[in-house]
Amino acid sequence: MAKEVNSDYWDKDRVKAEEPKEYNTLNVGPTHPATHGVFQNIMLMDGEYIVSTEQTIGYIHRAFEKIAERRPFYQITPLTDRLNYCSAPLNNMGWHMTVEKLLGIETPKRVDYLRIVIMELARIADHIICNSVIGVDSGALTGFTYMFQDREFIYEIYEEICGSRLTTNMGRIGGFERNFSPKAWEKIKYFLEFFPAKLKEFETLLMRNRIFMDRTINVGAFPLDRALAYGFTGPNLRACGLDYDVRVMNPYCSYEEFEFTIPVGQNGDTYDRFMVRQEEMKQSLSIIQQALDKLDALEDKETYYARDPRFVLPPKEKVYNNMEALIWHFKIVMGETDIPAGEVYHCIEGANGELGFYLVSDGGRTASRLHFRRPGFIYYQAYPEMVQGTMLSDAILTMSSMNVIAGELDA
Amino acid sequence: MFEIIPERDQFAIAKLTSSFATAIDHHELMKDMLCITVKKESIAEILLFLRDDKELQYNFLTTLCGMHYPEKDQLGVVYHLHSFVNNHRIRLKTATLISDPTIPSATSVWPTANWMERETYDFFGIQFVGHPNLTRILNVDDMVDFPLRKEFPLEDQTRDDKDDSQFGR
Repeated sequence: MAKEVNSDYWDKDRVKAEEPKEYNTLNVGPTHPATHGVFQNIMLMDGEYIVSTEQTIGYIHRAFEKIAERRPFYQITPLTDRLNYCSAPLNNMGWHMTVEKLLGIETPKRVDYLRIVIMELARIADHIICNSVIGVDSGALTGFTYMFQDREFIYEIYEEICGSRLTTNMGRIGGFERNFSPKAWEKIKYFLEFFPAKLKEFETLLMRNRIFMDRTINVGAFPLDRALAYGFTGPNLRACGLDYDVRVMNPYCSYEEFEFTIPVGQNGDTYDRFMVRQEEMKQSLSIIQQALDKLDALEDKETYYARDPRFVLPPKEKVYNNMEALIWHFKIVMGETDIPAGEVYHCIEGANGELGFYLVSDGGRTASRLHFRRPGFIYYQAYPEMVQGTMLSDAILTMSSMNVIAGELDA
Repeated sequence: MFEIIPERDQFAIAKLTSSFATAIDHHELMKDMLCITVKKESIAEILLFLRDDKELQYNFLTTLCGMHYPEKDQLGVVYHLHSFVNNHRIRLKTATLISDPTIPSATSVWPTANWMERETYDFFGIQFVGHPNLTRILNVDDMVDFPLRKEFPLEDQTRDDKDDSQFGR
């Protein structure tokens, strides 16, 4: 027998007012391709709209801060590779500079310029990944396939310089392990020649693309005051309209000698973050060109490390033929050199924000405490506030435009 | 490198001591920046004062991390503040006894302190009073220890209670 109902049973307004709203719980992650890493968002959904988000991180926590307390400094470099693995050389250089600051090692100008070449290449590689993935998440796969060739080329440059590609372990405390080879210079110069055109091509695919603009403009917008309260740095903060850049505010590694502009956005939305990164790549290209010019102007073409016998390995020929060099080599490799007591905080402009190292030494052979300021860890906590009330597909786009890297979240 | 601006350092100390004379233990100029050690009871008010004072404007919490001083039986928290307006950085330190590991939370001053304090709790077991959701963040939820404390040594290479013969060692 059919249930007897009132005539207004199917009335839409009545249903809206009286029926309890049905919310769904949606798990995004831990290993969903759209999350770009191993982390989870448990979202409470009202249809397509996000009511609230609960984040779970820590799936690939590897206890770097604890491991660093037992290792000599040169063995901490490979740990920093695995923080933001999209731009490992930046982390390596930042760590070397932190140790140099604690030990008071002055690096030669040539080392600074070589480092700047590498750091800006790493920044470009990181921005390439982030920006092309914004395209992928908005449904435009083509740009991604174009740009990954160029990222591959940057990895080939890394390979020429240090022998490895993703987790580079590049350089040493005080400089580099070897001079750049002629092949490496050739590749860097070739990259500067062909990349601007490729970048332009990528930009024309997305920048004025109506679909891309509709998907990104005013999506995931975050006001500047909230961004500051949440500790945003890097392109995410600059997209909100503040020109904070560590390279300019607290210059390190001779950045004060370089001419470049800091691109800023206005609304702090996904489109602004995309455009800020796009413009930063062009600025990085100009910085690399300036560094090459400065290197050409230097008379010295051979120096690639600071001469500090306590922490810089002597050349191999000397180790074989000279007893003092052998002793120093042994002491450094076995980690038997004492570090002066003290504490320093050093930060560099990483690809996605201010990457800081707080290093405390009590005079022993290893650090007594090392804390990484990981920009991704700090700004990712604003994500629930950014996506509340937006649609799920926009939330995915917002996440990829924030450049959250799982390795950096979890340390 | 951070520029050390002695006038700024002097100004910050003078301003702080005039408002919180009893709360400041000592201050020293370290290699890279000014470091002020304060009593834990007034850390939240001091952070709020440093953020809102019209002349100081340390408006940005760069980072916050825990410390363990086993020789003093203390746990500590180190705050790095940055004034974007004056481009000046300072370091604030505070400490508490291990037997009473409570420190006022900075989450009401900066929401970004939320995860930083959770991480510090996770690794050092410092209880941040006033934190909205003080749970573990990187380690598993049912962990009982606080692994960055010094009583947990990393594996010693010279230990002999492990049989590595299966691995050819």
